[in-house]
Amino acid sequence: MSFLEYAPAPESTALLNLQSEYGLFIDGEFRAGSDPTFSTISPATEKRIATIASASTADVDAAVAAARRAYDSTWSRLSGRDRAKYLFRIARLVQERARELAVAESLDNGKPIKESRDVDVPLVAAWFFYYAGWADKLDHAGLGPNPRALGVAAQVIPWNFPLLMLAWKIAPALAAGNTVVLKPAETTPLTALLFAEIVQQAGLPAGVVNIITGAGSTGRDLVNHPDVNKVAFTGSTSVGREIARSLAGTSKKLTLELGGKGANIVFDDAPIDEAVEGIVRGIFFNQGHVCCAGSRLLVQENIHDEVVDRLKERLSTLRVGDPLDKNTDVGAINSAEQLARISELSEIGEAEGASRWSPACDLPSEGFWFAPTLFTNVSTASRIARDEIFGPVLSILSFRTPAEAVAKANNTPYGLSAGIWSSKGSRVLAVADKLRAGVVWANTYNQFDPASPFGGYKESGYGREGGKQGLAAYLAPAGLPSRAAERASGAAEIDSGNAEQGEAAVVAGAGGTAGNADSAGTTDTAGTAATEGDLK
Amino acid sequence: MTIDKVVSPASRATEVLGGELTESSLKRYLNGISGVDAVGLEARAADLGSRSIKTTSKAWALDRIISLIDLTTLEGADTPGKVRSLVAKGLTPDAADPTCPRVAAICVYGDMVPAAVEALGASHGLDEVSGGINVAAVATAFPSGRASLAVKLADTADAVAAGADEIDMVIDRGAFLSGRYGQVFDEIVAVKEACRRADGSYAHLKVILETGELNTYDNVRRASWLSILAGGDFIKTSTGKVAPAATLPVTLLMLEVVRDWNRLTGEKIGVKPAGGIRTSKDAIKYLVAVAETAGEEWLQPHLFRFGASSLLNDVLLQRQKLATGHYSGADYVTID
Repeated sequence: MSFLEYAPAPESTALLNLQSEYGLFIDGEFRAGSDPTFSTISPATEKRIATIASASTADVDAAVAAARRAYDSTWSRLSGRDRAKYLFRIARLVQERARELAVAESLDNGKPIKESRDVDVPLVAAWFFYYAGWADKLDHAGLGPNPRALGVAAQVIPWNFPLLMLAWKIAPALAAGNTVVLKPAETTPLTALLFAEIVQQAGLPAGVVNIITGAGSTGRDLVNHPDVNKVAFTGSTSVGREIARSLAGTSKKLTLELGGKGANIVFDDAPIDEAVEGIVRGIFFNQGHVCCAGSRLLVQENIHDEVVDRLKERLSTLRVGDPLDKNTDVGAINSAEQLARISELSEIGEAEGASRWSPACDLPSEGFWFAPTLFTNVSTASRIARDEIFGPVLSILSFRTPAEAVAKANNTPYGLSAGIWSSKGSRVLAVADKLRAGVVWANTYNQFDPASPFGGYKESGYGREGGKQGLAAYLAPAGLPSRAAERASGAAEIDSGNAEQGEAAVVAGAGGTAGNADSAGTTDTAGTAATEGDLK
Repeated sequence: MTIDKVVSPASRATEVLGGELTESSLKRYLNGISGVDAVGLEARAADLGSRSIKTTSKAWALDRIISLIDLTTLEGADTPGKVRSLVAKGLTPDAADPTCPRVAAICVYGDMVPAAVEALGASHGLDEVSGGINVAAVATAFPSGRASLAVKLADTADAVAAGADEIDMVIDRGAFLSGRYGQVFDEIVAVKEACRRADGSYAHLKVILETGELNTYDNVRRASWLSILAGGDFIKTSTGKVAPAATLPVTLLMLEVVRDWNRLTGEKIGVKPAGGIRTSKDAIKYLVAVAETAGEEWLQPHLFRFGASSLLNDVLLQRQKLATGHYSGADYVTID
């Protein structure tokens, strides 16, 4: 027998105690939605997991009203220390139920259990612990003494890291004293609903956290609701544009975390084996469903062929299959629509003359699957080098000089992330300084930490999540006029000019060193209107 | 300009480096090898260590681990009786189960080679068909390597003459760390020559890097290349007398070197982590690292070994557990 055909090692689903039907979580209780229900399925098997409620406009009203009541009557009156107690309690409950949450996440999203178990869920707990610590220290958030909460936050999150994006949104909002109405993505509502159970378990006052499920129209109703003070959205750039347009002229504060086409730059003095690992982690982590994925590989010309050969060899050892098997490296594509988009863009890549390569791998017959794919001979004008594919597809380009690497890396409408691989610290700093990307990783990729701000330049959005900057997105200085007065004046407020939020985080691996990229973030909110309203 | 001393010719090195082999050409070559990012290497090792090896894969792995063990005793207190007992254990690891595979070799100090050879009798000589096993001897003033070259060569020749099939030599870490790569190279070449038997065949040479003293991963990578260039058949992590001994990241790094050497020349070099691997769970992580880095074909005694003593009993306990469904206990495996 072949040792490498590891015997199946499936994670047990026995501790998952799912209900057959889930309602909307409004005012501390589950209740039926008014619109027709829908099913959430496992993308690995296409089997139904549970029936999910759909929130109508009236349900959205009820959720926002509950959040407003909770804000006025309890949450805004609690001391930071008391809010922290609840957040710590939630963090500990996430840890206690970690296994269950990881299984549910892999089942609903299709990501490998080793990622949901080792990355997603531990980071969720870390996010709540981190912001719990901030709740009684808001005077040090950078907004002067006694900053105040904004009120009700409307939060819409994507399907790629369902529970983690929930934590990124809810933890800072609650720490800052806001109440929230959150809408998870249509294809991945399961862990948000388990989180609602955790909220009940933690004894959080009713209405502080409301979770409403539904399709794009529910999200549209939520962000456009007149009694919402803050909108936070993570998802596609087209939907982000639509939200920015509809919020223009209102007093709602807005942060957007949108798409990306991250450049992963490999210099010829890079630690080569670790760089290959980093390239794989950069694009095949979470099936490439990562907004900051290193989907454009820029390799120095003189090591191009060697890196491609090594990558191919490494890709041949990736294990694609059952997300619940503990040895799976690459899981299922989240939905049929996403699979269609990845397939379409890959075909365009071939049609445009790039060379396509995938390792031999048996894909399951049921479910949505896409083999890890490399494209070489990619030109900068090719669509696979421009468009966000959001799948396990890597476009490989080459460069000759550091200046060319920087020019190519920045030549994108996006600006979320980049990676630099080099043994030379001075080169890492010099290049990082010139990259217009919110996060620059040096000799590592896709590393996240609650203390490190995350967000984009240009069409990747504005505002920062994580760290002190992420907290500031949910606060206003004490001296500013009240929200109600602002609403009367009708001034829109967008997080853009703030230098702090334009700061890029540089996370360094061992061989690298940290530095800051340009501080002035640019924003682009004047794009064309989005036609498809699918919030993802 | 330093004056180049011409180091002894070794065919591998002259072919790979090209031209005349000198101290400075060797140094240039070794310093030109890509560096190692410690965080990335350790993360990759941890990732490989998280593979879940269950049921049939585990059963196969446990048997394979036994057949890859160099069952070792390297104590000042060793006696011929102790060595005989170790040989018996190596031939029949589980007295209650004749289907249990034999180990790959018995590893002893040079003066114990005759005792080991005698105890093995007809079972001497690694052969998967007949089930014979090898005798490995540590040599070259093991473990410190602090003796003159003449003593080291005599130590080696003595063990080979007594019937050792494999020689585990140590490199001169002092020379390596102070940058005298040529001296280390020359010594390995000379020891390899001392491994030559009367009939012209060679005892297998394992080169111990003592990675715990080399300290950095960059040094481990350079020392691995140096040892292979000088003619080593195996590269081995440690003597077991210095902490830390074998670690998964260091072994992974050495596996990457033999994989690269294979890619470059088509030749297959062995890897032997030694010291500190005591549990089946740990040993299985090494098997995963071998299979996913160098390739599955490395999982055979000619290309991969565990230098271990207490590991064997833990594997036997796990093996019994798989067969019977329950854990037995320390009294159900033999003490060496």
